[in-house]
Amino acid sequence: MRGPVEWLTMKAGRSTLDALAAVGRFAQLMAEMARGLVEVKIWFPRMIDEAWSIGVGSLFIVLMISSFTGGVTALQAGYQFTGNIPIYVVGSLVTESVVLELGPVLVALILAGRIGARYAAELGTMRVTEQIDALESLGRSPASHLLIPRVLACLMMIPVLVIIADFVAVGTGWFIAKSTLGISNQDFAYGARVYWHTLDGWYSIIKGFFFAGTIGLVSCYRGYTTQQGAEGVGRSVTGAVVTTSVLVLLLDVILAKLILQP
Amino acid sequence: MIEIKDVVKRFGAQVVLNGVNLTVQEGETMALLGPSGTGKSVLLKAIIGLIRPDRGEVVVDGLHVASLKRDALSKLRATIGYVFQNGALFDSMDVFENIRLGLTNEDEFKNPEYARERAAECLRLVNLQPDTMKKMPAQLSGGMRKRVGIARAIAGKPKYVLYDEPTSGLDPVNSDIIDALVMRLKEELGVTSIMVTHDVRGSFRTADRIALLTGGKIVAIGAPEEFKESPVPEVRAFLERDFDLERDGAVK
Repeated sequence: MRGPVEWLTMKAGRSTLDALAAVGRFAQLMAEMARGLVEVKIWFPRMIDEAWSIGVGSLFIVLMISSFTGGVTALQAGYQFTGNIPIYVVGSLVTESVVLELGPVLVALILAGRIGARYAAELGTMRVTEQIDALESLGRSPASHLLIPRVLACLMMIPVLVIIADFVAVGTGWFIAKSTLGISNQDFAYGARVYWHTLDGWYSIIKGFFFAGTIGLVSCYRGYTTQQGAEGVGRSVTGAVVTTSVLVLLLDVILAKLILQP
Repeated sequence: MIEIKDVVKRFGAQVVLNGVNLTVQEGETMALLGPSGTGKSVLLKAIIGLIRPDRGEVVVDGLHVASLKRDALSKLRATIGYVFQNGALFDSMDVFENIRLGLTNEDEFKNPEYARERAAECLRLVNLQPDTMKKMPAQLSGGMRKRVGIARAIAGKPKYVLYDEPTSGLDPVNSDIIDALVMRLKEELGVTSIMVTHDVRGSFRTADRIALLTGGKIVAIGAPEEFKESPVPEVRAFLERDFDLERDGAVK
């Protein structure tokens, strides 16, 4: 019978091997995708379809969460800024918190659930029903037919959705601040401008771009490497959403350090 | 010619193929019988390079499948039609688009008129009406999906066709039609086929040779008449439907 030390060593060894195997599979997938990039005629039309689906399909939810985010930021700012703090600071706070943090992160977390889960489920189902094997057996590349269009569509559309979310959240925050806190348009606009740096807007878009890559790559990887039937598809979907969400928050910290405080 | 030389494949601790040797000559139809779970589908997937053997070699037309680069493997796969057990149709595409993907010649693939004509022809060969082309896979029955899978596999006029249980789940009439199709492809186009099946009657009718895979090895191989008379106990047990799965290693 194994002792606890031996059991722990075996467990650690197995986990390390599994992690290394996952890294290897991911690297292999990336290499497949890099090779598939030359097949533009195959992936381009599919990418446009996917981009349309992400953009139009996610617009309503993005508009909704960004409106709520802008509104609640303005209300909380109004609650906290009493006494001697000038009212125009509400404009600064709403704009900066939305553009630097809330817009890109909330959009990414929502899309990790919406797009990430969908991609992992689609590809996972295709894997367990042998559709991916069938594609390969026909001499066609799953990378250019399935993976590249999805990842590039994410990279194309998610930053655009982040920009839309930023504008809508700031606009809603402005409207709520004006109607509930009585702040004038001039004060809000002054507050929004006073702490604004050009980098802030770029930072939001750069974050959107990195988050998009994470959502696309992780969900495609999890779906593509699905094993063992319906249970495996379930595991892939959960894994895609959880891993993407954690990585989005981790990247959020890393990008803040690298870009805002180099 | 397809040569399988001493192929071993393990999944974890389970040894599925344990030194399989098999040669299929040009124009030959080989039926591969065996109980479920003995690695018949794994062997087919190794031939087309979807599964890499742990040991041994699969050689198709003199090419070592496991060591082929991506482009060479794609070219080889274009000469092989693969019929999946459950059809494996692309469920986001209609039947026409599914069959069109089987056109491995790019000029034919890009010619919509030819593609439509060829799709209708392949559908007729598997006893389906050409208007099935407009349907989505979800609108088809299991048997129809399987037959569309066969139509897709033969659309590109492949040199080899690998059938993974082509007649399971089909009614007797359609099973006979598929058997007749296998024979017709061989006679008219010289197609080389390997047919994984549990349909003993069909395999005796269509195959030039029959092999029995059990316990990870080919235990018997021969022309239908030889196979029928084989004294090998596993063959006798299989033909007499008295198969002891544990004894023969199908369950470990």
